[in-house]
Amino acid sequence: MQLAVWTYEGPPHVGAMRVATGMKGVHFLLHAPQGDTYADLLFTMIERRRERPPVTYTTFAARDLGSDTAELFKTAAREAYERFRPELLLVGASCTAELIQDDPGGIASALGLPIPVVSLELSAYQRKENWGAAHTFYKIVRACCPATAQPRTERSRPRCNLLGPTALGFRHRDDVAEVTRLLDRLGVDVAVVAPLGASPRDLARLGDADFNVVMYPEIADSVARWLGKTFAQPMLAAPLGVNGTRTFCREVAALTGGDATAVIDESTCRLPWYSRSIDSTYLTRKQVFVFGDASHAIAAARIATEELGFEVIGLGTYSREFAREVREAAASYGVEALITDDHLAVEEHIAALHPELVLGTQMERHIAKRLGLPCAVISAPVHVQDYPARYSPQMGFEGANVLFDTWVHPLMMGLEEHLLAMFRDDFEFADDRGPSHLGASAPVAAPTPVAAAPVAAPAPAAAASDEPRWTEEAERELKKIPFFVRGKARRNTERFAREFGRTPITLETLYDAKAHFQA
Amino acid sequence: MPDHVAPARTIPDALPVLRERGQHEVFCGLTGIMWLHRKIQDAFFLVIGSRTCAHLLQSAAGVMIFAEPRFATAILEEGDLAGLADAHDEIDRVVTRLLARRPEIRTLFLVGSCPSEVIKLDLSRAAERLSKSHGPAVRFVSYSGSGLETTFTQGEDACLASLLRGVSPAPSTAPTSLLVVGTLADPVEDGFRRTFDALGIPVHFFPPRRAWDLPEVGPGTAYLLAQPYLAETGSALDRLGARRLPAPFPFGAEGTRGWLAAAAQAFGVSAARFEEVVGPAERRAQAALAKIREGLAGKRVFLFPDSQLEIPLARFLHRELGMELLEVGTPYLQREHLAAELAMLPSSVVLSEGQDVERQLDRCRAARPDLVVCGLGLANPLEVEGITTKWSIELVFTPVHGFEHAADLANLFSRPLLRRARLKV
Ligand code: SF4
Ligand code: SF4
Repeated sequence: MQLAVWTYEGPPHVGAMRVATGMKGVHFLLHAPQGDTYADLLFTMIERRRERPPVTYTTFAARDLGSDTAELFKTAAREAYERFRPELLLVGASCTAELIQDDPGGIASALGLPIPVVSLELSAYQRKENWGAAHTFYKIVRACCPATAQPRTERSRPRCNLLGPTALGFRHRDDVAEVTRLLDRLGVDVAVVAPLGASPRDLARLGDADFNVVMYPEIADSVARWLGKTFAQPMLAAPLGVNGTRTFCREVAALTGGDATAVIDESTCRLPWYSRSIDSTYLTRKQVFVFGDASHAIAAARIATEELGFEVIGLGTYSREFAREVREAAASYGVEALITDDHLAVEEHIAALHPELVLGTQMERHIAKRLGLPCAVISAPVHVQDYPARYSPQMGFEGANVLFDTWVHPLMMGLEEHLLAMFRDDFEFADDRGPSHLGASAPVAAPTPVAAAPVAAPAPAAAASDEPRWTEEAERELKKIPFFVRGKARRNTERFAREFGRTPITLETLYDAKAHFQA
Repeated sequence: MPDHVAPARTIPDALPVLRERGQHEVFCGLTGIMWLHRKIQDAFFLVIGSRTCAHLLQSAAGVMIFAEPRFATAILEEGDLAGLADAHDEIDRVVTRLLARRPEIRTLFLVGSCPSEVIKLDLSRAAERLSKSHGPAVRFVSYSGSGLETTFTQGEDACLASLLRGVSPAPSTAPTSLLVVGTLADPVEDGFRRTFDALGIPVHFFPPRRAWDLPEVGPGTAYLLAQPYLAETGSALDRLGARRLPAPFPFGAEGTRGWLAAAAQAFGVSAARFEEVVGPAERRAQAALAKIREGLAGKRVFLFPDSQLEIPLARFLHRELGMELLEVGTPYLQREHLAAELAMLPSSVVLSEGQDVERQLDRCRAARPDLVVCGLGLANPLEVEGITTKWSIELVFTPVHGFEHAADLANLFSRPLLRRARLKV
């Protein structure tokens, strides 16, 4: 048993729903009790989709368990087909149905419906949402796309598929638009976008393209590998960040025999200049903690380092499937990767590192808020705020602009930070001030102690005995340090004091420690 | 004192009911934890369930504050399904860890889910065992919030009934007192307490704000249901010898008067005193409602099943706001507790129990209602079709009981219509 208050990923059938809901002409029959219908609201409320997800829940109840849940499933399958007339029926079991072992796949195929029936094995007690989405996407592609080599249609421009976007994805809609535009400038047409917006018939054409862009490997990796093997289609990674996008452009050009120079040179990306502008000097070596799904976390760490001049002091993911890739990336920054889906562990980690900026998910946003740290969201799990009305991609050159704005915005601006340091006794620079342009969302003065968090509470500071003592004067001086670096100053000083046996901590110790760590 | 007597009843069985089976678009009973964990302040709710259960709690809570919930899910994993003995060991391990970190917990609810029920994990046994090892400082109670057995608010019913389990009846010599049953928003509870104090009626509220403060219940107890979804809790109170006061539910001015009147009558409050206490608040509520009525009278409303609040709300919408009732759905129809309410519904109303959401949507679209009361999964898609909606979960998460909140309740229904009329985009 795993004790959880909040989870990064839903159950695998929610991943299946994301694929089904993103597609056209697919209906998903889920063997499930009534309460599982809550998942609909993720799509209608969080993503504000205009239609209900194409999902029928069989709604078995206690009284059905003894008698015939299989019969209920049959009826629901027939009725769902009659009503929705899908081109393809997906069937699967939620966690509860998995236990009663009705074999939804077998029953549905036995009905002899005139459409393909794709049966999912969702392993609810081992797997999670992204895995469920990847599994579903793979099964549908295998059902719809003949593995025999398809003759490529003759045409003037090369074509590629965009793989991975789904319903309820983090900025998927805008990323598709941005990458499509970028490819167009590179002289490449998009053949099929899938799952988002694709019908089963579209999937049959996946082989008729020159290469694949794996936008979200968590969802599309297995499909892209199969396509690569079957149709000799190379796969390209998503264009994230300026450098990622430049590389992407060059790779596309190499694959298609084109030239990316013009597209790269003429790009309207402001990130490189904004980052070089002297105004951004204060961003140098800002310490960031990065956490998210694997692909966004890895990309964010790279962009933070190369393109904004930050220093990555922690990197992690909840995508265990991609732990190896994240470990490799972390090693390149000289940090140890945090691979966990326990948000309490993430909270402890952040509290201990005390970064100057957190790049994470909605979960880290809440953690950062409690700890009084600035934060920007880079990855799912999503929240209604992750569906802004404005165009807001993460990928391509425009995506890089968006990242610059979103990451820099929560930070203190350069001169503001200096003024705080110079006049820290100014009563208006009291601790409850966040960046002045952030208004009401400024971090709270006394962040609710971590101990107040649920099961969270790392064992209370009972170990306080070996903590070095502070003289009153040093303690007063410490209070003058702006709150957003004070935690770090305290810890560094204490570490210094312990290492060099300098207790109690005096004013001298404080400044010696400062010098020590600046060196 | 004929003055404050609850309205006369006709034979409610006369109303035909459409019973349906099919997809239910409703929450399961786990959702009740959302408000119960806030109401009962020394309790913690530990769901023994799947990742789905954890995700439900998180998604339903998405609209709420993130800070320190007093609930969590022990997510069953592959290994836990292999043997029940091991699963019990796992529960002990998780509970021990939890109590070490949250020493302030006084009552721990072990909440069953569909998966725990299907694998026949006996949580009452676990509760007994844990009581031995961790009691008496912490009390362990188990109930089921599973979607196999409970719909949305029925989770609260199961929780409250579980608290009464093991309570022995107070001696019949105990003084007579009133018990108000069902979770109420704190300001509502405080308001009712003031009213009952003014009427001179000794009152307790159940659930209490601290789970240990269980009131004495016995033959001397008269109870008044504040929520219409408490079938099991009602039976548990009946078994303890308590006496239910039949009444409409305290929604709107009329319902609140009838509800308070039932108590006044049982406790021999004089009609004069009753008018003195209730009259001003009632007139204030009526005046406030009159203004809102203008926007709602004659409008046609369709209610999807959700919280079991539908029937009392329909009565309020019809009688006090002049709305026309098309269909009133309820997940479960408890005729006995709702007798006074059913008697006040117009005979033309279509009542439905259970759900086949697709057929119900067909009926709804055909009826072209002015306002649909429905869950979060349905609301936005209906808006896209041009149908104005009021999402029903807000009715459970807002103070809506009593005179002082009658207008707030009415506003919940008028606001969507008002908004639609205002928007020029
Ligand atoms: S319906 Fe059952 S499985 Fe689904 S969330 Fe509710 S208790 Fe858990
Ligand atoms: S509020 Fe003004 S001074 Fe402060 S950071 Fe924003 S722009 Fe700079």
